Amino acid sequence: MKISTLGRHVREGIKSVFRNGWMSFASISVIAISLFILGAFVILTLNVNHLSKTVEEQVEISVYLDVVESEEQINVIQTEIATIPEVSSITFVPKDEGLETLSEGMGELDLTEYFGESNPLPDKFTLKANKPENVDIVVSKVEAINDKFEMMPIEQVDYGKKTVEQLLAFTSGIRTVSIAIVAGLAFTAMFFISNTIKLTIISRNREISIMKLVGATNGFIRWPFFIEGFMLGLIGSIIPTGVLLYGYWKLIDFEESTVFGVTQWEYLPLNQLTFQLIFLLCSIGIIIGVWGSIISMRKFLRV
Amino acid sequence: MIEMQDVWKSYTNGVHALRGVDVKIDQNEFVYLVGPSGAGKSTFMKMIYREVKPTKGEIFVNGFNLGKLKNKKIPYVRRNIGVVFQDFRLLPKISIYENVSFAMEAIEAPKKLVRKRTMEVLTMVGLKDKVKSLPNQLSGGEQQRASIARAIVNNPSVIIADEPTGNLDPDTSLDILKLLEEINFRGTTIVMATHNKDIVNNYRKRVIAIEKGQIVRDEYRGEYGYEN
Repeated sequence: MKISTLGRHVREGIKSVFRNGWMSFASISVIAISLFILGAFVILTLNVNHLSKTVEEQVEISVYLDVVESEEQINVIQTEIATIPEVSSITFVPKDEGLETLSEGMGELDLTEYFGESNPLPDKFTLKANKPENVDIVVSKVEAINDKFEMMPIEQVDYGKKTVEQLLAFTSGIRTVSIAIVAGLAFTAMFFISNTIKLTIISRNREISIMKLVGATNGFIRWPFFIEGFMLGLIGSIIPTGVLLYGYWKLIDFEESTVFGVTQWEYLPLNQLTFQLIFLLCSIGIIIGVWGSIISMRKFLRV
Repeated sequence: MIEMQDVWKSYTNGVHALRGVDVKIDQNEFVYLVGPSGAGKSTFMKMIYREVKPTKGEIFVNGFNLGKLKNKKIPYVRRNIGVVFQDFRLLPKISIYENVSFAMEAIEAPKKLVRKRTMEVLTMVGLKDKVKSLPNQLSGGEQQRASIARAIVNNPSVIIADEPTGNLDPDTSLDILKLLEEINFRGTTIVMATHNKDIVNNYRKRVIAIEKGQIVRDEYRGEYGYEN
Protein backbone atom coordinates (compact mmCIF):
# COMPACT_ATOMS: atom_id res chain seq x y z
CA MET A 1 0.00 0.00 0.00
CA LYS A 2 1.17 3.47 -0.82
CA ILE A 3 1.73 6.09 1.86
CA SER A 4 -0.79 8.41 0.21
CA THR A 5 -3.38 5.63 0.25
CA LEU A 6 -2.75 4.98 3.91
CA GLY A 7 -3.21 8.71 4.49
CA ARG A 8 -6.56 8.52 2.77
CA HIS A 9 -7.66 5.55 4.88
CA VAL A 10 -6.68 7.34 8.07
CA ARG A 11 -8.56 10.49 7.03
CA GLU A 12 -11.65 8.48 6.14
CA GLY A 13 -11.49 6.49 9.37
CA ILE A 14 -11.17 9.58 11.55
CA LYS A 15 -13.94 11.36 9.64
CA SER A 16 -16.30 8.48 10.42
CA VAL A 17 -15.50 8.66 14.11
CA PHE A 18 -16.80 12.24 14.12
CA ARG A 19 -19.65 11.54 11.71
CA ASN A 20 -21.03 8.83 14.01
CA GLY A 21 -20.86 11.25 16.94
CA TRP A 22 -23.03 9.66 19.62
CA MET A 23 -22.27 6.09 18.73
CA SER A 24 -18.56 6.85 18.78
CA PHE A 25 -19.01 8.55 22.11
CA ALA A 26 -20.82 5.52 23.52
CA SER A 27 -18.15 3.12 22.22
CA ILE A 28 -15.32 5.21 23.58
CA SER A 29 -17.04 5.57 26.96
CA VAL A 30 -17.55 1.85 27.39
CA ILE A 31 -13.93 1.11 26.51
CA ALA A 32 -12.73 3.90 28.76
CA ILE A 33 -14.76 2.68 31.73
CA SER A 34 -13.65 -0.93 31.38
CA LEU A 35 -10.03 0.02 30.95
CA PHE A 36 -10.26 2.39 33.90
CA ILE A 37 -11.35 -0.46 36.14
CA LEU A 38 -8.67 -2.72 34.73
CA GLY A 39 -6.00 -0.04 35.11
CA ALA A 40 -6.98 0.75 38.68
CA PHE A 41 -6.71 -2.91 39.50
CA VAL A 42 -3.34 -3.21 37.81
CA ILE A 43 -2.03 -0.28 39.83
CA LEU A 44 -3.31 -1.90 43.01
CA THR A 45 -1.70 -5.24 42.17
CA LEU A 46 1.63 -3.69 41.29
CA ASN A 47 1.59 -1.81 44.56
CA VAL A 48 0.76 -4.87 46.60
CA ASN A 49 3.60 -6.74 44.92
CA HIS A 50 5.90 -3.83 45.60
CA LEU A 51 4.78 -3.69 49.20
CA SER A 52 5.25 -7.40 49.77
CA LYS A 53 8.77 -7.16 48.40
CA THR A 54 9.69 -4.29 50.71
CA VAL A 55 8.14 -5.98 53.68
CA GLU A 56 9.86 -9.26 52.95
CA GLU A 57 13.23 -7.57 52.94
CA GLN A 58 12.85 -6.09 56.37
CA VAL A 59 10.60 -8.68 57.87
CA GLU A 60 10.49 -8.92 61.63
CA ILE A 61 9.17 -11.93 63.43
CA SER A 62 7.31 -11.27 66.64
CA VAL A 63 7.18 -14.12 69.10
CA TYR A 64 4.50 -13.44 71.71
CA LEU A 65 4.85 -15.28 74.94
CA ASP A 66 2.12 -16.54 77.16
CA VAL A 67 1.35 -13.85 79.78
CA VAL A 68 2.29 -15.93 82.80
CA GLU A 69 5.82 -16.88 81.80
CA SER A 70 8.48 -16.35 84.47
CA GLU A 71 11.77 -14.63 83.82
CA GLU A 72 13.59 -17.95 84.03
CA GLN A 73 11.51 -19.52 81.33
CA ILE A 74 11.98 -16.44 79.18
CA ASN A 75 15.71 -16.99 79.35
CA VAL A 76 15.32 -20.66 78.44
CA ILE A 77 13.22 -19.80 75.44
CA GLN A 78 15.69 -17.13 74.40
CA THR A 79 18.48 -19.70 74.43
CA GLU A 80 16.33 -22.10 72.44
CA ILE A 81 15.67 -19.48 69.82
CA ALA A 82 19.32 -18.53 69.71
CA THR A 83 20.23 -22.05 68.64
CA ILE A 84 18.24 -21.68 65.42
CA PRO A 85 20.95 -20.99 62.83
CA GLU A 86 18.70 -18.90 60.53
CA VAL A 87 18.05 -16.32 63.25
CA SER A 88 20.34 -13.36 62.96
CA SER A 89 19.18 -11.29 65.93
CA ILE A 90 16.98 -11.54 68.97
CA THR A 91 15.61 -8.66 70.96
CA PHE A 92 13.51 -9.06 74.03
CA VAL A 93 10.67 -6.61 74.33
CA PRO A 94 9.13 -6.71 77.82
CA LYS A 95 5.44 -5.99 78.01
CA ASP A 96 5.94 -2.55 79.60
CA GLU A 97 8.00 -1.43 76.69
CA GLY A 98 5.37 -2.84 74.35
CA LEU A 99 2.69 -0.78 76.06
CA GLU A 100 4.80 2.33 75.81
CA THR A 101 5.26 1.84 72.09
CA LEU A 102 1.55 1.25 71.72
CA SER A 103 0.53 4.38 73.61
CA GLU A 104 3.03 6.43 71.61
CA GLY A 105 1.32 5.16 68.46
CA MET A 106 -2.07 6.19 69.84
CA GLY A 107 -0.98 9.81 70.38
CA GLU A 108 -3.25 11.80 72.71
CA LEU A 109 -5.23 8.78 73.81
CA ASP A 110 -4.50 7.76 77.39
CA LEU A 111 -4.42 4.00 77.52
CA THR A 112 -4.50 3.84 81.31
CA GLU A 113 -8.12 4.92 81.06
CA TYR A 114 -8.87 1.61 79.43
CA PHE A 115 -6.48 -0.75 81.08
CA GLY A 116 -5.98 0.92 84.44
CA GLU A 117 -2.67 -0.05 85.94
CA SER A 118 -2.71 -3.54 84.44
CA ASN A 119 -0.92 -4.32 81.25
CA PRO A 120 -2.78 -6.73 78.96
CA LEU A 121 0.15 -7.09 76.54
CA PRO A 122 2.37 -10.17 76.47
CA ASP A 123 6.16 -10.13 76.50
CA LYS A 124 7.67 -10.74 73.15
CA PHE A 125 10.84 -11.44 71.24
CA THR A 126 11.59 -9.68 68.03
CA LEU A 127 13.62 -11.81 65.66
CA LYS A 128 15.23 -11.22 62.36
CA ALA A 129 15.98 -13.93 59.85
CA ASN A 130 19.35 -13.92 58.14
CA LYS A 131 17.64 -14.08 54.71
CA PRO A 132 14.08 -13.14 53.72
CA GLU A 133 13.43 -16.60 52.26
CA ASN A 134 14.34 -18.21 55.62
CA VAL A 135 11.52 -16.48 57.47
CA ASP A 136 9.22 -19.46 57.06
CA ILE A 137 11.85 -21.83 58.44
CA VAL A 138 12.48 -19.64 61.45
CA VAL A 139 8.76 -19.38 62.14
CA SER A 140 8.21 -23.12 62.05
CA LYS A 141 11.27 -23.81 64.20
CA VAL A 142 10.14 -21.27 66.78
CA GLU A 143 6.69 -22.79 66.81
CA ALA A 144 8.31 -26.21 67.34
CA ILE A 145 9.86 -24.96 70.59
CA ASN A 146 6.39 -25.22 72.14
CA ASP A 147 6.57 -28.99 71.87
CA LYS A 148 9.51 -29.11 74.24
CA PHE A 149 7.55 -27.63 77.13
CA GLU A 150 4.39 -28.79 78.77
CA MET A 151 3.11 -25.28 79.23
CA MET A 152 3.36 -24.26 75.62
CA PRO A 153 4.97 -20.93 76.44
CA ILE A 154 4.66 -19.36 73.00
CA GLU A 155 1.31 -17.80 72.43
CA GLN A 156 1.71 -16.69 68.85
CA VAL A 157 4.32 -16.17 66.15
CA ASP A 158 3.51 -13.26 63.95
CA TYR A 159 5.36 -11.72 61.08
CA GLY A 160 4.76 -9.00 58.49
CA LYS A 161 4.62 -11.49 55.73
CA LYS A 162 1.38 -12.81 57.07
CA THR A 163 -0.26 -9.47 56.60
CA VAL A 164 1.11 -9.33 53.11
CA GLU A 165 -0.20 -12.80 52.38
CA GLN A 166 -3.63 -11.79 53.56
CA LEU A 167 -3.39 -8.73 51.37
CA LEU A 168 -2.41 -10.89 48.42
CA ALA A 169 -5.32 -13.22 49.03
CA PHE A 170 -7.62 -10.23 49.20
CA THR A 171 -6.30 -8.78 45.97
CA SER A 172 -6.60 -12.11 44.19
CA GLY A 173 -10.26 -12.02 45.19
CA ILE A 174 -10.56 -8.58 43.70
CA ARG A 175 -8.69 -9.80 40.66
CA THR A 176 -11.31 -12.44 39.88
CA VAL A 177 -14.14 -9.98 40.29
CA SER A 178 -12.50 -7.25 38.27
CA ILE A 179 -11.50 -9.61 35.47
CA ALA A 180 -15.15 -10.66 35.23
CA ILE A 181 -16.26 -7.02 35.15
CA VAL A 182 -13.62 -6.07 32.61
CA ALA A 183 -14.45 -9.04 30.39
CA GLY A 184 -18.14 -8.14 30.48
CA LEU A 185 -17.42 -4.53 29.71
CA ALA A 186 -14.98 -5.45 26.96
CA PHE A 187 -17.68 -7.54 25.36
CA THR A 188 -20.12 -4.64 25.59
CA ALA A 189 -17.51 -2.31 24.16
CA MET A 190 -17.00 -4.61 21.22
CA PHE A 191 -20.72 -4.68 20.63
CA PHE A 192 -20.87 -0.89 20.65
CA ILE A 193 -17.94 -0.57 18.32
CA SER A 194 -19.27 -3.09 15.85
CA ASN A 195 -22.55 -1.18 15.86
CA THR A 196 -20.81 2.13 15.29
CA ILE A 197 -18.96 0.69 12.37
CA LYS A 198 -22.12 -0.90 11.05
CA LEU A 199 -23.55 2.62 10.87
CA THR A 200 -20.57 3.75 8.84
CA ILE A 201 -20.91 0.80 6.51
CA ILE A 202 -24.60 1.47 5.98
CA SER A 203 -24.13 5.20 5.48
CA ARG A 204 -21.38 4.54 2.98
CA ASN A 205 -23.18 1.72 1.25
CA ARG A 206 -23.38 3.53 -2.08
CA GLU A 207 -19.78 4.62 -1.96
CA ILE A 208 -18.70 1.07 -1.21
CA SER A 209 -20.73 -0.38 -4.06
CA ILE A 210 -19.17 2.10 -6.47
CA MET A 211 -15.71 1.29 -5.17
CA LYS A 212 -16.41 -2.38 -5.78
CA LEU A 213 -17.74 -1.61 -9.23
CA VAL A 214 -14.66 0.25 -10.37
CA GLY A 215 -12.39 -2.48 -9.04
CA ALA A 216 -11.20 -1.37 -5.62
CA THR A 217 -9.59 -4.28 -3.77
CA ASN A 218 -11.22 -5.65 -0.63
CA GLY A 219 -8.31 -4.42 1.40
CA PHE A 220 -8.79 -0.89 0.11
CA ILE A 221 -12.46 -0.99 1.09
CA ARG A 222 -11.80 -2.47 4.52
CA TRP A 223 -8.97 -0.26 5.71
CA PRO A 224 -10.99 2.80 6.74
CA PHE A 225 -13.16 0.59 8.95
CA PHE A 226 -10.07 -0.88 10.57
CA ILE A 227 -8.81 2.61 11.22
CA GLU A 228 -12.15 3.67 12.65
CA GLY A 229 -12.16 0.75 15.10
CA PHE A 230 -8.52 1.40 15.90
CA MET A 231 -9.22 5.07 16.63
CA LEU A 232 -12.20 4.26 18.87
CA GLY A 233 -10.03 1.81 20.81
CA LEU A 234 -7.10 4.19 21.02
CA ILE A 235 -9.13 7.17 22.23
CA GLY A 236 -11.00 4.89 24.62
CA SER A 237 -7.71 3.78 26.16
CA ILE A 238 -5.85 7.08 26.21
CA ILE A 239 -8.52 8.68 28.40
CA PRO A 240 -8.41 6.19 31.31
CA THR A 241 -4.62 5.88 31.05
CA GLY A 242 -4.29 9.64 31.42
CA VAL A 243 -6.80 9.86 34.23
CA LEU A 244 -5.22 6.97 36.14
CA LEU A 245 -1.67 8.22 35.81
CA TYR A 246 -2.66 11.74 36.81
CA GLY A 247 -4.73 10.43 39.69
CA TYR A 248 -1.95 8.16 40.91
CA TRP A 249 0.56 10.96 40.69
CA LYS A 250 -1.74 13.20 42.73
CA LEU A 251 -2.28 10.41 45.27
CA ILE A 252 1.43 9.87 45.80
CA ASP A 253 1.92 13.59 46.02
CA PHE A 254 -0.79 13.87 48.66
CA GLU A 255 0.37 10.89 50.69
CA GLU A 256 3.94 12.11 50.75
CA SER A 257 3.15 15.70 51.59
CA THR A 258 1.16 14.91 54.70
CA VAL A 259 1.80 13.04 57.88
CA PHE A 260 -1.83 12.01 58.03
CA GLY A 261 -1.70 9.80 54.99
CA VAL A 262 -4.56 7.33 54.67
CA THR A 263 -2.08 4.49 54.41
CA GLN A 264 1.46 4.06 55.62
CA TRP A 265 2.37 2.33 52.38
CA GLU A 266 5.41 3.02 50.43
CA TYR A 267 3.97 3.58 46.99
CA LEU A 268 5.43 2.21 43.80
CA PRO A 269 7.04 5.21 42.08
CA LEU A 270 5.02 6.56 39.15
CA ASN A 271 7.78 6.05 36.61
CA GLN A 272 7.88 2.33 37.38
CA LEU A 273 4.35 1.75 36.20
CA THR A 274 3.81 4.45 33.55
CA PHE A 275 4.99 2.46 30.57
CA GLN A 276 3.43 -0.81 31.69
CA LEU A 277 0.10 0.90 32.15
CA ILE A 278 0.21 2.77 28.84
CA PHE A 279 1.25 -0.32 26.96
CA LEU A 280 -1.29 -2.61 28.59
CA LEU A 281 -4.33 -0.34 28.37
CA CYS A 282 -3.62 0.95 24.87
CA SER A 283 -3.01 -2.47 23.42
CA ILE A 284 -6.16 -3.90 25.00
CA GLY A 285 -8.19 -0.89 23.83
CA ILE A 286 -6.89 -1.20 20.30
CA ILE A 287 -7.51 -4.94 20.20
CA ILE A 288 -11.10 -4.39 21.33
CA GLY A 289 -11.56 -1.66 18.71
CA VAL A 290 -10.12 -3.59 15.82
CA TRP A 291 -11.95 -6.73 16.86
CA GLY A 292 -15.24 -4.84 16.93
CA SER A 293 -14.63 -3.55 13.43
CA ILE A 294 -13.78 -7.02 12.17
CA ILE A 295 -17.03 -8.41 13.58
CA SER A 296 -18.94 -5.67 11.82
CA MET A 297 -17.16 -6.13 8.53
CA ARG A 298 -17.83 -9.84 8.55
CA LYS A 299 -21.49 -9.25 9.11
CA PHE A 300 -22.24 -6.26 6.94
CA LEU A 301 -19.48 -5.77 4.45
CA ARG A 302 -19.64 -8.35 1.72
CA VAL A 303 -16.63 -7.47 -0.32
CA MET B 1 -13.56 -10.47 -25.76
CA ILE B 2 -16.87 -11.42 -24.11
CA GLU B 3 -17.97 -14.98 -24.64
CA MET B 4 -20.73 -16.98 -23.02
CA GLN B 5 -21.08 -20.71 -23.58
CA ASP B 6 -24.37 -22.29 -22.57
CA VAL B 7 -24.74 -20.00 -19.58
CA TRP B 8 -27.50 -20.70 -17.11
CA LYS B 9 -28.41 -18.73 -14.04
CA SER B 10 -30.93 -19.74 -11.41
CA TYR B 11 -31.41 -17.65 -8.32
CA THR B 12 -32.07 -19.24 -4.96
CA ASN B 13 -35.67 -17.99 -5.08
CA GLY B 14 -36.29 -20.30 -8.04
CA VAL B 15 -36.13 -17.72 -10.81
CA HIS B 16 -34.33 -18.97 -13.90
CA ALA B 17 -32.88 -15.73 -15.20
CA LEU B 18 -30.76 -17.17 -18.00
CA ARG B 19 -31.33 -20.46 -19.75
CA GLY B 20 -28.58 -21.54 -22.05
CA VAL B 21 -27.11 -18.35 -23.44
CA ASP B 22 -24.47 -18.60 -26.17
CA VAL B 23 -23.00 -15.37 -27.35
CA LYS B 24 -19.79 -13.79 -28.50
CA ILE B 25 -19.10 -10.07 -28.48
CA ASP B 26 -15.89 -8.86 -30.11
CA GLN B 27 -13.67 -5.98 -29.18
CA ASN B 28 -15.04 -2.62 -30.33
CA GLU B 29 -18.58 -3.83 -30.96
CA PHE B 30 -21.61 -1.78 -29.98
CA VAL B 31 -24.45 -4.01 -28.85
CA TYR B 32 -28.01 -3.15 -27.89
CA LEU B 33 -29.56 -5.57 -25.45
CA VAL B 34 -33.33 -5.54 -25.73
CA GLY B 35 -36.14 -7.51 -24.18
CA PRO B 36 -39.08 -7.10 -21.79
CA SER B 37 -38.57 -6.40 -18.13
CA GLY B 38 -37.57 -9.54 -16.30
CA ALA B 39 -36.25 -11.23 -19.42
CA GLY B 40 -32.76 -11.55 -18.00
CA LYS B 41 -31.04 -8.44 -19.42
CA SER B 42 -29.75 -7.31 -16.06
CA THR B 43 -28.49 -10.75 -15.17
CA PHE B 44 -26.77 -10.92 -18.55
CA MET B 45 -24.96 -7.67 -17.82
CA LYS B 46 -24.16 -8.42 -14.19
CA MET B 47 -22.65 -11.66 -15.40
CA ILE B 48 -20.12 -9.70 -17.43
CA TYR B 49 -18.77 -7.73 -14.48
CA ARG B 50 -19.05 -10.75 -12.22
CA GLU B 51 -21.72 -9.36 -9.96
CA VAL B 52 -23.41 -12.75 -10.43
CA LYS B 53 -21.84 -16.09 -11.15
CA PRO B 54 -23.29 -18.55 -13.71
CA THR B 55 -25.01 -21.61 -12.29
CA LYS B 56 -23.83 -23.53 -15.31
CA GLY B 57 -21.74 -22.78 -18.37
CA GLU B 58 -18.66 -20.73 -18.99
CA ILE B 59 -18.12 -17.04 -19.42
CA PHE B 60 -14.92 -15.37 -20.57
CA VAL B 61 -14.21 -11.65 -20.33
CA ASN B 62 -10.89 -10.24 -21.48
CA GLY B 63 -9.43 -13.71 -21.19
CA PHE B 64 -10.61 -14.34 -17.62
CA ASN B 65 -12.80 -17.37 -17.00
CA LEU B 66 -15.29 -15.67 -14.69
CA GLY B 67 -16.94 -18.87 -13.45
CA LYS B 68 -13.62 -20.05 -12.07
CA LEU B 69 -12.31 -16.67 -10.99
CA LYS B 70 -11.22 -16.39 -7.39
CA ASN B 71 -13.01 -13.69 -5.43
CA LYS B 72 -9.73 -11.95 -4.81
CA LYS B 73 -9.22 -11.43 -8.54
CA ILE B 74 -12.64 -9.85 -9.17
CA PRO B 75 -11.41 -6.26 -8.63
CA TYR B 76 -8.80 -6.68 -11.34
CA VAL B 77 -11.38 -7.90 -13.86
CA ARG B 78 -13.60 -4.93 -13.03
CA ARG B 79 -10.87 -2.43 -13.65
CA ASN B 80 -11.31 -3.28 -17.31
CA ILE B 81 -15.07 -2.78 -17.26
CA GLY B 82 -16.96 0.48 -16.83
CA VAL B 83 -20.56 0.37 -15.63
CA VAL B 84 -23.26 3.00 -16.25
CA PHE B 85 -26.69 2.88 -14.63
CA GLN B 86 -30.09 4.37 -15.34
CA ASP B 87 -30.04 6.22 -12.02
CA PHE B 88 -26.44 7.50 -12.43
CA ARG B 89 -25.37 6.44 -8.93
CA LEU B 90 -23.25 9.48 -8.25
CA LEU B 91 -22.21 10.22 -4.68
CA PRO B 92 -24.44 13.15 -3.67
CA LYS B 93 -22.17 14.96 -1.24
CA ILE B 94 -19.06 15.33 -3.34
CA SER B 95 -18.38 17.35 -6.48
CA ILE B 96 -18.51 16.03 -10.01
CA TYR B 97 -14.73 16.15 -10.15
CA GLU B 98 -14.46 14.10 -6.96
CA ASN B 99 -17.05 11.63 -8.19
CA VAL B 100 -14.83 10.88 -11.15
CA SER B 101 -11.43 11.06 -9.45
CA PHE B 102 -12.82 8.79 -6.73
CA ALA B 103 -12.92 5.91 -9.23
CA MET B 104 -9.22 6.36 -9.91
CA GLU B 105 -8.30 6.77 -6.25
CA ALA B 106 -10.16 3.57 -5.47
CA ILE B 107 -7.73 1.66 -7.64
CA GLU B 108 -4.78 3.61 -6.22
CA ALA B 109 -3.80 5.41 -9.40
CA PRO B 110 -0.89 7.86 -9.04
CA LYS B 111 -2.05 11.30 -7.86
CA LYS B 112 -0.68 13.25 -10.81
CA LEU B 113 -2.35 10.93 -13.25
CA VAL B 114 -5.64 11.24 -11.36
CA ARG B 115 -5.80 15.00 -11.85
CA LYS B 116 -4.81 14.85 -15.48
CA ARG B 117 -7.04 11.98 -16.50
CA THR B 118 -10.08 13.21 -14.53
CA MET B 119 -9.98 16.57 -16.27
CA GLU B 120 -9.45 14.84 -19.57
CA VAL B 121 -12.57 12.68 -19.35
CA LEU B 122 -14.68 15.48 -17.89
CA THR B 123 -13.68 17.64 -20.84
CA MET B 124 -14.53 14.82 -23.21
CA VAL B 125 -18.05 14.44 -21.84
CA GLY B 126 -18.54 18.20 -21.90
CA LEU B 127 -18.55 18.92 -18.17
CA LYS B 128 -15.34 20.91 -18.02
CA ASP B 129 -17.16 23.92 -16.59
CA LYS B 130 -19.14 21.98 -14.01
CA VAL B 131 -16.39 20.13 -12.23
CA LYS B 132 -17.06 21.88 -8.92
CA SER B 133 -20.82 21.35 -8.98
CA LEU B 134 -22.58 18.83 -6.81
CA PRO B 135 -24.56 16.14 -8.66
CA ASN B 136 -27.96 17.61 -7.71
CA GLN B 137 -26.98 20.94 -9.27
CA LEU B 138 -26.79 19.28 -12.68
CA SER B 139 -29.49 18.17 -15.11
CA GLY B 140 -30.21 14.49 -15.61
CA GLY B 141 -28.29 14.43 -18.87
CA GLU B 142 -25.29 16.08 -17.24
CA GLN B 143 -25.38 13.65 -14.36
CA GLN B 144 -25.39 10.76 -16.79
CA ARG B 145 -22.40 12.30 -18.56
CA ALA B 146 -20.61 12.48 -15.24
CA SER B 147 -21.38 8.83 -14.55
CA ILE B 148 -20.07 7.94 -18.01
CA ALA B 149 -16.93 9.93 -17.28
CA ARG B 150 -16.52 7.89 -14.11
CA ALA B 151 -17.03 4.66 -16.06
CA ILE B 152 -14.35 5.46 -18.63
CA VAL B 153 -11.81 7.20 -16.41
CA ASN B 154 -9.86 3.98 -15.77
CA ASN B 155 -9.69 3.21 -19.49
CA PRO B 156 -11.82 0.07 -19.50
CA SER B 157 -12.09 -2.05 -22.60
CA VAL B 158 -15.82 -2.62 -22.07
CA ILE B 159 -18.65 -0.32 -21.03
CA ILE B 160 -21.77 -1.93 -19.61
CA ALA B 161 -24.68 0.50 -19.71
CA ASP B 162 -27.95 -0.57 -18.09
CA GLU B 163 -30.66 1.63 -19.61
CA PRO B 164 -28.52 4.73 -19.57
CA THR B 165 -31.25 6.81 -21.22
CA GLY B 166 -34.10 5.41 -19.14
CA ASN B 167 -34.53 8.58 -17.08
CA LEU B 168 -33.81 11.10 -19.81
CA ASP B 169 -35.85 13.02 -22.38
CA PRO B 170 -35.43 12.10 -26.09
CA ASP B 171 -32.97 14.87 -26.99
CA THR B 172 -30.79 14.22 -23.98
CA SER B 173 -30.96 10.49 -24.63
CA LEU B 174 -29.60 11.13 -28.08
CA ASP B 175 -26.71 13.15 -26.64
CA ILE B 176 -25.85 10.27 -24.36
CA LEU B 177 -25.99 7.80 -27.22
CA LYS B 178 -23.68 10.00 -29.26
CA LEU B 179 -21.27 10.17 -26.37
CA LEU B 180 -21.27 6.38 -26.12
CA GLU B 181 -20.73 6.15 -29.87
CA GLU B 182 -17.73 8.38 -29.54
CA ILE B 183 -16.32 6.22 -26.79
CA ASN B 184 -16.99 3.17 -28.95
CA PHE B 185 -15.24 4.89 -31.84
CA ARG B 186 -12.12 5.17 -29.70
CA GLY B 187 -12.04 1.40 -29.33
CA THR B 188 -14.20 0.54 -26.33
CA THR B 189 -16.78 -2.23 -26.53
CA ILE B 190 -20.26 -1.07 -25.50
CA VAL B 191 -23.06 -3.29 -24.24
CA MET B 192 -26.18 -1.21 -23.69
CA ALA B 193 -29.49 -2.53 -22.39
CA THR B 194 -32.31 -0.31 -23.56
CA HIS B 195 -36.03 0.09 -24.05
CA ASN B 196 -35.53 3.07 -26.35
CA LYS B 197 -37.04 2.02 -29.67
CA ASP B 198 -36.20 5.25 -31.50
CA ILE B 199 -32.53 5.02 -30.72
CA VAL B 200 -32.26 1.35 -31.64
CA ASN B 201 -34.08 1.85 -34.91
CA ASN B 202 -32.35 5.07 -35.93
CA TYR B 203 -28.84 4.22 -34.92
CA ARG B 204 -28.54 0.70 -36.18
CA LYS B 205 -26.14 -1.63 -34.45
CA ARG B 206 -26.04 -5.23 -33.36
CA VAL B 207 -29.21 -6.11 -31.46
CA ILE B 208 -29.43 -9.02 -29.05
CA ALA B 209 -32.97 -9.74 -27.93
CA ILE B 210 -33.48 -11.70 -24.75
CA GLU B 211 -36.70 -13.22 -23.62
CA LYS B 212 -37.38 -15.62 -20.78
CA GLY B 213 -33.69 -16.05 -20.27
CA GLN B 214 -32.83 -17.01 -23.83
CA ILE B 215 -31.47 -15.14 -26.80
CA VAL B 216 -34.33 -15.03 -29.28
CA ARG B 217 -32.69 -12.84 -31.90
CA ASP B 218 -29.16 -11.67 -32.65
CA GLU B 219 -28.85 -9.38 -35.67
CA TYR B 220 -26.28 -6.92 -36.92
CA ARG B 221 -27.92 -3.56 -37.78
CA GLY B 222 -31.08 -5.00 -36.22
CA GLU B 223 -34.36 -3.34 -35.30
CA TYR B 224 -35.90 -2.90 -31.89
CA GLY B 225 -38.29 -5.61 -30.89
CA TYR B 226 -38.65 -9.06 -29.48
CA GLU B 227 -41.03 -11.89 -30.18
CA ASN B 228 -44.07 -10.93 -28.15
